[in-house]
Amino acid sequence: MPTRKKKPKLAVFKFASCDGCQLSLLDCEDELLVLADAVRIASFAEASSRVLRGPYDISLVEGSITTPHDAERIREVRAQSRVLVTIGACATAGGVQALRNFRDVKEFARIVYARPEYIDTLATSTPIANHVKVDYELRGCPIDKRQLLAVLSALLSDRKPSIASHSVCVQCKLRGNVCVMVAHGTPCLGPVTHAGCGALCPTYHRGCYGCFGPAETTNTGGLEWALVAAGASHEDIARTYATFNAAAPPFRRAQEEQLVQIRPKEGRRG
Amino acid sequence: MARTIKVNYLARVEGEGALTIRFKGDKPSAVELRIFEPPRFFEAFLRGRAYLEVPDIVARICGICPVAYQMSACHAIEDALGIRTDGTLRALRRLLYCGEWIESHGLHVFMLHAPDFLGYEDAIAMAKDHREWVTRGLGIKKAGNAIVAALGGREIHPINVKVGGFYRVPTRTELSVLLPALETALGDAEMCLDWAAQFEFPAFERDYEYVALRHADEYPFCEGRIVSNKGLDIDLHAYEEHFAELQVPHSTALHSVVRGRSDYQCGPLARFNLNFDRLGERARDAAERVEFVPPCRNVYKSLLARMVEIIQAFDEAIRIIHGYAPPDAPAIAVTPRMATGHGCTEAPRGMLWHKYTLDETGLVEDARIVPPTSQNQKCIEQDLWQLAPTLAAMPHAAATRRAEQAVRNFDPCISCSTHFLRLAIERED
Ligand code: SF4
Ligand code: SF4
Ligand code: SF4
Repeated sequence: MPTRKKKPKLAVFKFASCDGCQLSLLDCEDELLVLADAVRIASFAEASSRVLRGPYDISLVEGSITTPHDAERIREVRAQSRVLVTIGACATAGGVQALRNFRDVKEFARIVYARPEYIDTLATSTPIANHVKVDYELRGCPIDKRQLLAVLSALLSDRKPSIASHSVCVQCKLRGNVCVMVAHGTPCLGPVTHAGCGALCPTYHRGCYGCFGPAETTNTGGLEWALVAAGASHEDIARTYATFNAAAPPFRRAQEEQLVQIRPKEGRRG
Repeated sequence: MARTIKVNYLARVEGEGALTIRFKGDKPSAVELRIFEPPRFFEAFLRGRAYLEVPDIVARICGICPVAYQMSACHAIEDALGIRTDGTLRALRRLLYCGEWIESHGLHVFMLHAPDFLGYEDAIAMAKDHREWVTRGLGIKKAGNAIVAALGGREIHPINVKVGGFYRVPTRTELSVLLPALETALGDAEMCLDWAAQFEFPAFERDYEYVALRHADEYPFCEGRIVSNKGLDIDLHAYEEHFAELQVPHSTALHSVVRGRSDYQCGPLARFNLNFDRLGERARDAAERVEFVPPCRNVYKSLLARMVEIIQAFDEAIRIIHGYAPPDAPAIAVTPRMATGHGCTEAPRGMLWHKYTLDETGLVEDARIVPPTSQNQKCIEQDLWQLAPTLAAMPHAAATRRAEQAVRNFDPCISCSTHFLRLAIERED
């Protein structure tokens, strides 16, 4: 017998982030009011003063964990959420803030603030999955709003969302782009970067800089010769991996592989 | 009797902040706009990066106004490298910026601020009674986003902005297909200004120091001198001599002041007051029709200034597209050199000042960024001090809503106000 179901509750939570991924939801101008009819927006501080109590059917989590307080808060969010979806590179890989993981954060705070004792911060920026169980991950800095809508509509109709895991190269070829690396010698991380953006950068005649993070299977060693042939130095390659997914393990490793090749030279110099 | 207005998590602003106003009797004893957005160390991350990477990295300071960060960074680096984008490339940058102003102002006016004036907790609740206005607002926002996506590749963190110009310039068709939607949205924006002008604006005035860029013959986007209604008129290279930043215990953002004076306001109302004569005919006529003319000292009317700027941005975007022919090259060639450069552009929320020092290979040695919300933070608190006696006489719930509305007047972007790498100056010189 069909029972009248209550509308599912959708919540959006923010941790350390630029707000860009949650803005993607408000950027769905054509779908926003329809979506608002299909769910109860229970908590979305950027858009609404209303806060309904949990539990929540779907929680979207943006941002990384960078303070002791946030490390606690994410546990509460998890406890209140049936399905937890992390949105964006900050939440899935620690984001650009994870660059601090390789440096001395106390030093940063000292240079930044005259009174560092006012500032409460962790030495690392870590992805949500390091702290709690995550059900689905949406990649990208920012996420692609069409992917977000596809995942939401799957979850709302009790389907398992399917998220492509191949590389940007595959999307680039599907789009019929001329390869910027082959044709113009422009370094491109497309072969090792997770699909999702529709190969945006090559379409605009520039190389991919990896904002969707590593693809499921990556051969960063194999890409190296092509990048070097395209004119990139080891320093350049290392920096390119050290951006918005710097702490994602394959990119982290790829960066170290490059740094190892620079260091001996520096040793000789010094 | 002591009473405290407390908002533990400010809603409908970008980023994380809280507000506390404490009273002793009817007199306020403390006003704190607390920013607890975790500190984000962008200026530190920029050290050692190549100049071409800077626009992509600084975009991630703020998802709402990435173009502003990219523009200020490009202009500062180009200043250091001794190049200037002119002609069509300059026009395309203005076009991109028009898109961001429309998108960001549209978001704020229709989704974040109008619900305050009409008594709703969000735009979705407001849509139940005012669906046609929310739909128009979403259409306006969408048209702005379409400009940014066409030119920048995507709405948030565009990938097509480059020091010296762009990676690829659009074809004529890629831009001209936008025109019908822009024309419609421009008409809608004029109607929306008439609608918003009828809102009930709380009677509240203060003798602000307004600060904005001013250009010889344009409404300011990327260039101009920094001027104020209290006599400031400086080159942007002299910014640090005239402005100071102070650290306060309750915030991870720094407070800005004009040296020797105090708080100031930047943003749409400041631009409107200082540059009314630089508006195009269409925007000026619309403003005059609803009798919204400078000087305006009621900060609640910043909502109207945003609407006027939306009209201005649509009008200008349409003009740029009509006159567009692709340039020969998408970017000016650049040779790195050791130098320091400054850039200041008008982000939707106000002046955004950048300074970079590069080494001879084009790597960043030092970066400094002053975003608009930290410039406005002290001004917001000063507004609340002055508003406090009125709040004390109101029922608690209404007083809380009014206080939040006053904060939202500034469309504060808390995410981008917390990333400083600089010794804070504790006392003003
Ligand atoms: S992943 Fe990128 S766009 Fe998303 S919140 Fe983080 S910095 Fe912003
Ligand atoms: S341009 Fe980049 S993403 Fe496209 S095919 Fe070539 S390497 Fe792959
Ligand atoms: S091509 Fe690469 S850098 Fe560009 S948007 Fe796609 S994933 Fe991000």
